Order: sequence, then structure tokens, then C-alpha cells
Amino acid sequence: MKRRKSEELFFRSLMVLATIIVAGSFFLIAGTIVYKGLPYMNLDMLTKTPGGGFYIGKEGGVLNAIVGSIYVAGGATILGLLISVPVAIFINMYMNGKRFLSNVLRMAYDVLFGIPSIVYGAFGFLIMVYFGLRASLLGGIIAVTLLVIPILVRTLDEVIRTVPAELGDAALFLGATRWEMAKVILRQIRPGIFTAILLSFGRAIGDVASVLFTAGFSDNIPTSLHEPAATLPLAIFFQLGSAVDEVQGRGYASALILTIIVLVITVLAQVLTKKFSKHKI
Amino acid sequence: MTKTPHISVQHLNVHIANQHILNDININIPDKKVTSIIGPSGCGKTTLLKSFNRLLDDTPGVKITGKVLVDNEDIYDPAAEVTHIRKKMGLLSQRPYPLPMSIYDNVAYGPRIHGTRKKNELDELVEQQLKAAGLWNEVKDRLNTSATRLSIGQQQRLCLARGLAVGPEIILGDESTSALDPVSTAIIEDLFINLKEKYTIVLVTHILRQARRVSDYIIFVYMGKIIEFGPTEEVLLNPKEELTKEYVKGFIS
Repeated sequence: MKRRKSEELFFRSLMVLATIIVAGSFFLIAGTIVYKGLPYMNLDMLTKTPGGGFYIGKEGGVLNAIVGSIYVAGGATILGLLISVPVAIFINMYMNGKRFLSNVLRMAYDVLFGIPSIVYGAFGFLIMVYFGLRASLLGGIIAVTLLVIPILVRTLDEVIRTVPAELGDAALFLGATRWEMAKVILRQIRPGIFTAILLSFGRAIGDVASVLFTAGFSDNIPTSLHEPAATLPLAIFFQLGSAVDEVQGRGYASALILTIIVLVITVLAQVLTKKFSKHKI
Repeated sequence: MTKTPHISVQHLNVHIANQHILNDININIPDKKVTSIIGPSGCGKTTLLKSFNRLLDDTPGVKITGKVLVDNEDIYDPAAEVTHIRKKMGLLSQRPYPLPMSIYDNVAYGPRIHGTRKKNELDELVEQQLKAAGLWNEVKDRLNTSATRLSIGQQQRLCLARGLAVGPEIILGDESTSALDPVSTAIIEDLFINLKEKYTIVLVTHILRQARRVSDYIIFVYMGKIIEFGPTEEVLLNPKEELTKEYVKGFIS
């Protein structure tokens, strides 16, 4: 009896400790960004492009990187969805009875999931060279799309697999075609689609390696797909690398902005998830 | 024993993953009657029911030979169109699975995919079918709320209304009351009895008393074979076959 009790206590303490470490590091990270970045935070950061004497500026703001990041992450997520939704539907609803093939596909996406983003960046760069493109917004979007497709496909695949088979059957019994059935399933998983979008956007907006060669960097807001685009992670990288304290501080402010964008997207996704769960069985 | 059969099964064999699930099934399901398929678990009664509607098509490793004629049309003919066959039959499964939409849209779903778009036609159809399923009075004021808000018994009647809205000739019930409380069960049973005026009904059930209450004919299936087929009273009270006797005795003393 005593042994069982102390065992319980031991493992419980371990769990509490682990939880404290996780929560603690979260607050430490968030605290550092706020502490170091807040003094440099001002309206100019959000509304102006870089200016002033030093490289990437000690005046003005990072609007170029904010807009660039939203363009890249948003574009890649939309493009990724257009490709991933059909793939997830196809694997789950059209490949019945071909279990081997669908498992091979799933494994392929698992492998793609694990590939470091610098490889996608390099691959995207090769494609651009082949087509004679320079570092541009389009290049960045393509590379990041490649990066998020495995995330989207795997998330959507998991969500679709939680739908009871009987729901799809119910539509089929009423004489629905496979595609009409897929539309019913898509209605059911709408909340899950928002989760997938959130994961994909979060990964896309935070990734630096895939945009390094492909999107390039610019002090200006891109006005076309063929212009290079700045991104927040890259801006933070450059700013923190500066020897000037002021520029470094602005790096933390940029990190704060990036964190807030991700936070807003998370809350938005949750609100939408709730809104669209209304008819979910 | 009756006029033209509605469903005629000829030499039907079903293998799933090299297991012989249904063995040389020959049966004529009578028109506008309730026919119950009874038998112990795993005997193939659900597989038999599903074969009437091409619902086995997606089962991995399935092999089907033989014929199933519905209105003298072989549904396993490669030229047969599966959506057309399924439109003729409504299925009520073990548990209700309402579509993730409102009550109204659930009933209107079938007619919509089959081409009815006019609002007033749909309104009329929804009301008519919800009435037929005995649900209208309970939901008429909240047709636009989510179908998932209904109780499970109401959901099952909604699924019935949804199936009827497609305009089927045949209703298939796969242990349709097994998840329901006694009151809802009684309502569904009464509905089956009333609906047989217009529809041919085939039910799978493991409750012999239910089979006796609602059905006109009974098919007893055992180990993938049809052992006995006949009018309800005859099969349940005076079975000809030894196996049927044993099965019936185990449940009705």
C-alpha cells in the first residue's frame, strides 16, 4: 500500500514539474519579447517601412515585413488548401479498397512533413532558377506552399478519419454521388479545416529557411508577385544580428508583432471553429 | 405466394476477404409487405440487406456473384446506375446519422441532389415527409435549427423522413430500433406498419417479438444460408426446419 502511494506521489510530482517547465518557458519567452520589445514598439513600427541611417533602419517600421509575411503565409495557405483538400478527399473517399496505395501516400506525406524547411527553400529556389524567376513574392509563396501542404494534408486526413463512415453512407443511400457525399463530409469537418488553416498559417508565417532564397528581402512593400518581399522572421534575424542596440530592440518589437499576429489568427480560428460547429454531429 | 415480387434474389453469393458470407441465396421479397430477416449475430442478415442496395460495393475484398432484381432490373448489371438504384430504396440504419445541417435541409437534401430546386415544392415535400414520419408537430416551429439538437428517437424519424423524401419504393431497416428507447421503438414500429401500404419494407432485427409485431413474412438466415422463409405466424409458431425451431425456442418460450 505504501509503495503504491509513493509511486503515485512520484509520478504526480513528475507531471507537475513537466507542466511547470512548459508553462514557465512559455511565460519566459513571452516575457522576454514583451520586456525587450515593448520599449521600441510604436505606431511607426506598424505603419511605416524602414528608414533612417542604419542597415534595415532605426526609424520607420517593419510594415514591409508585416505585409510580406501575411502575403506569403496567406497565399501559401490558400494555395495549399486548394491542393490539400482534394488530396485528402481523394485518399479517404475515392481510394476505398486500395488500402495499400493510400497507406503509401500517407507515408509519403509523413516523410514530407518531416523534411526541414531549408530543403523546401532550396527546392523552391531550383524551380525558380529553372523558370528564370528572381527572388520574389511568388517564389516565396511557392516554397512555403510546398512546406505547408504536408501539414494540411495530414491534418485534414486525420479530421476526415474521425467522421463516422455511416454519415457518408447516409448521403450515398439517398442516391448521392461520391462528390456529393464529399461535400457533406466537408460540412462536417469545417471546424477541422480551420484548425488545419491555423496550423498551416502559423508554420508558414514563422518559417525563415524556406523564404530565405525564394522571397528575398526588400525595404518596400511588394506591389506585384514578381517583386521581392520582406518577411517578419527574416527581418527579426537581420535586426537581431545588428551591432546597434536600437536596431536589436526593434528586432524584439518585430518578434512581438509576429507573436501577436499568430495570436490573433489563433483566436480567429477558434471563433470560426465554434461558429461552424453548429450542425456538427 | 403473392403477386410479383419486388426484389428477387437469384443465386447470390457474397465473399468478403475470402470468407463465404452469403451462400447461394434465392428469395423473392413480396411487394408492399413487411418482411423481416432474422437470425443469430454474424449469420449474414445485414450483408443480405445491404446487397439489395449495392451497399457492399465499398467493402474491401468483396466479391459478389448472382443477381438481385429490383423491378426486374438486375442491380449488379455493370450498366446499372448505382445512384438510380439507391434512389429507389431508403435505408434506416442502427443509429440515426443526421446530416450536419438543419432539420429542413436534412429532409430536402435528397430531393435537392435529385434535381428539385423550387422552394415551394421543397417546403411542401418537407412538411409531407415529416408528417409521414410522425415528426411534423414536434419540429414545425424549429425547422431551421440543427438536426443534432433532436433526441435520438426524433433523429431516427428524421432519417426516415429524409429517406422517404427521395421517393423510394422500398424501405430497408437495419436494426433500426436497436439504439432507441421503448417509446421511440413503438413509434417507429407503428410507422413501419402504416408505411407498408405504400412501400415494400425489409427489416433486419434480432428481436423476435418485434419481427412478430410488424412483419408479414420472415426470412430465417443461418450461417449465410436461408433456412426458412414464410408468413410470420408459420415461421415463428410452426417452423418446418429443425434449425428454425431451435432458434425460435431460444427466444420465445
